[in-house]
Amino acid sequence: MRQGYQGVVVAAPVTVPYVRYSIRAAHWWLARALASLLQKSGLSKENVDGLSVSSFTLAPDTAIGLTQHLGLSPRWLDHVPFGGASGVVALRRAARAVQAGDADVVACLAGDTNHVDSFRLTLANFSQFARDAVYPYGAGGPNASFAFLTAYYMAQYGAKREDFGKLCVAQRANALKFDFSLFKKPLTLDEYMAARPIAEPLHLFDCVMPCAGADAFLVLSEEKAKALRIPSARLLGTIERHNAFASDPVQMRAGWALDREELYAQAGAGPADMDFVETYDDYPVISLMQLEDLGFCGRGEGPAFVRKHTFTHDGSFPLNTNGGQLSVGQAGASGGYLGMVEAIRQLTGEAGECKVPDAKLGLVSGFGMINFDRGLGSGAAILGC
Amino acid sequence: MLERPKRKNPVLRTRLPTLPPAARSRIALGLTAAAAMGRFELQQCRDCGTVQYPPREACQQCLSIKIIWKSQPDGGELLARTVLHHSNDLFFRERLPWRLGLVKLDCGPTVVAHLHDSVEKRVRVRAMLDRAGQAVLAALPDMGNATEVTVAEDRQLREFTCDPKFRKVLITDGKTALGQQLVHSMVKAKADLIWVGHSEPWKKFPGFSELKNIPQVTLLPLDLTDSKNVREVAAEIGAKVDIVVNNAEHHRAFGIGNRAGVETARAEMDINYFGLLRLAQELGPVMRARGADGQSSAVAWVNVLSIYALANFPPHGTFSASKAAAHSLAQCLRAEMRAAGVRVVNVFPGPMDDEWNQLLPPPKVTPPALASAKAARRPWPSTRWSPPYANASRSP
Repeated sequence: MRQGYQGVVVAAPVTVPYVRYSIRAAHWWLARALASLLQKSGLSKENVDGLSVSSFTLAPDTAIGLTQHLGLSPRWLDHVPFGGASGVVALRRAARAVQAGDADVVACLAGDTNHVDSFRLTLANFSQFARDAVYPYGAGGPNASFAFLTAYYMAQYGAKREDFGKLCVAQRANALKFDFSLFKKPLTLDEYMAARPIAEPLHLFDCVMPCAGADAFLVLSEEKAKALRIPSARLLGTIERHNAFASDPVQMRAGWALDREELYAQAGAGPADMDFVETYDDYPVISLMQLEDLGFCGRGEGPAFVRKHTFTHDGSFPLNTNGGQLSVGQAGASGGYLGMVEAIRQLTGEAGECKVPDAKLGLVSGFGMINFDRGLGSGAAILGC
Repeated sequence: MLERPKRKNPVLRTRLPTLPPAARSRIALGLTAAAAMGRFELQQCRDCGTVQYPPREACQQCLSIKIIWKSQPDGGELLARTVLHHSNDLFFRERLPWRLGLVKLDCGPTVVAHLHDSVEKRVRVRAMLDRAGQAVLAALPDMGNATEVTVAEDRQLREFTCDPKFRKVLITDGKTALGQQLVHSMVKAKADLIWVGHSEPWKKFPGFSELKNIPQVTLLPLDLTDSKNVREVAAEIGAKVDIVVNNAEHHRAFGIGNRAGVETARAEMDINYFGLLRLAQELGPVMRARGADGQSSAVAWVNVLSIYALANFPPHGTFSASKAAAHSLAQCLRAEMRAAGVRVVNVFPGPMDDEWNQLLPPPKVTPPALASAKAARRPWPSTRWSPPYANASRSP
């Protein structure tokens, strides 16, 4: 059994309000995120001796360039360009650094800008495999890749568009109570069903909207958080895995299915103990895959599970309690942080109107990088208060 | 089934050509090199035999770097399909909706492919060159060996062919047996209109009346040595030509030492090299502007060169040199036409069975064989750079 994460906490969940388009650089968004972290924690820049950065649009810079850009002098530095898996991966590494004493306080930042053409450029050069073997095929971006997975999942397990629609509608209901969501109008199932097709079987409301924004949190020791008098949540267990089940002809599962026993054993809790779940939800089919892989229901039982629950923050099985990326927006690598900061909010009493009553334990899951035909990275963390 | 396009309204703006995404890593060009030869090749490890895709720098199984491009069985199963109604790229945006498939190949890898309209479960995958000149995979219905899939009849995949159907073709020389065979091939390939050049309009050549009686054919005085004539012909038909087949040539048999003076060599250059230059200067720009002009846009420029363009044949030394010059110029033309997606195809036949190769022993390429090889519609033409035809590449 791996060493646990005793004594490590997460705190100061921060979101820099998203906008659809921005003329600022990624550095601006990351700077805003760091400033908010400091303001919220009462720390000075000098007290932050660890930095972890995730961003697609920071290029040509990486985390090290950002230290000079923002006048930081950390003794522990990490760059985690893993898209939707960034939040969990950054947390895992930062937690070990704090445990080992390599850093006292790690600021974990994720943020991306969105110029009018930067999304297309990100897609065109997303990866070598994407450039060679996906982008020349209609340049549909992740819509096309997830359309395949969705079509296959529907054919294999009998999922209906209405099942995906139910998740989208529930998340919109959650988002209406979240300050930072870009979508402010309610969504009905009829509207979902009537939306225009994007990449069949995906329609408009199945797809996340690219935007600009940043999210951040602190990783530090429990004593340090107490000394700073900031509310925090404990890290009880966490896993990550990359390129799992590589020989599956089409992705219907990812690393969670391989490592979930360890995750729950480490946390000393099971799926039934979770008060809420934050999945990575760039497309609803991926939420179902996570619910199955993480043991909330069996393989292929996603559709039945969806029909059984409400998924609102105050209903049965609270899921993506701030609306998730589908209703808040996808600010690049920030999409991999959105669930993490929301989970910390829920456990530190900062969730406002989205609050899950009596939330003590929550699971955050990350999924990232459609390198070719599937998402490579997966990870999950269980947080408790 | 492809329908005849409506007549073009000349008042409306002609759509400007765009290209699909052309960027590839260097290693991925192996797919393109094979596709240009009409072959479907994937990377295979020489040490452990693993077939892999997308292209990699090492074997994903055993990490060997001994990777070769090898022909693979093209069968596979369609796992999932999608129809794009949105694209981030201009080329595809103008051609939506666009069908794609996720295919599990029998030889191992899963691939993303452009999808033929009538695919069900079993597919055959083909590597084709897209408008940008880069290889892409297309999944076609598996009809067994019985029927051949007509790629050019598919609205989507037609974009990656140069099919003569419903197109207008210029053949620069109708006097030769090859020229006349080319006309027949184009008729068979359902070209709409065929302009056929003949350089001496006051003379009736053998086969003249047969050509004249083909309804699709318009005979046209065309002398590639006459700049003014070329310009006038281009002014008259240039904006309508979709495919050029430049087969006009001047061919005499001699080397350096066995004939005095440069007049004959100059005459060869005047047609074989300058003729191509004149034609390309007059027709090239207007064809470039029509690279995306609807279903029957300008698509291809075929030069009938000679295997001797690649290596000089001393008994026909100056002829070889003029064809080598034309080959070099054709590479320039290819680069200039590329931005419009108009494909430049060079054909390098071995010695043809005509009067100027009288003294060469067989085998020689017969004009019908060459004409049908070029007009073969699978897809037509399947290559940007045609290798010497196997049956014609004998060294003299």
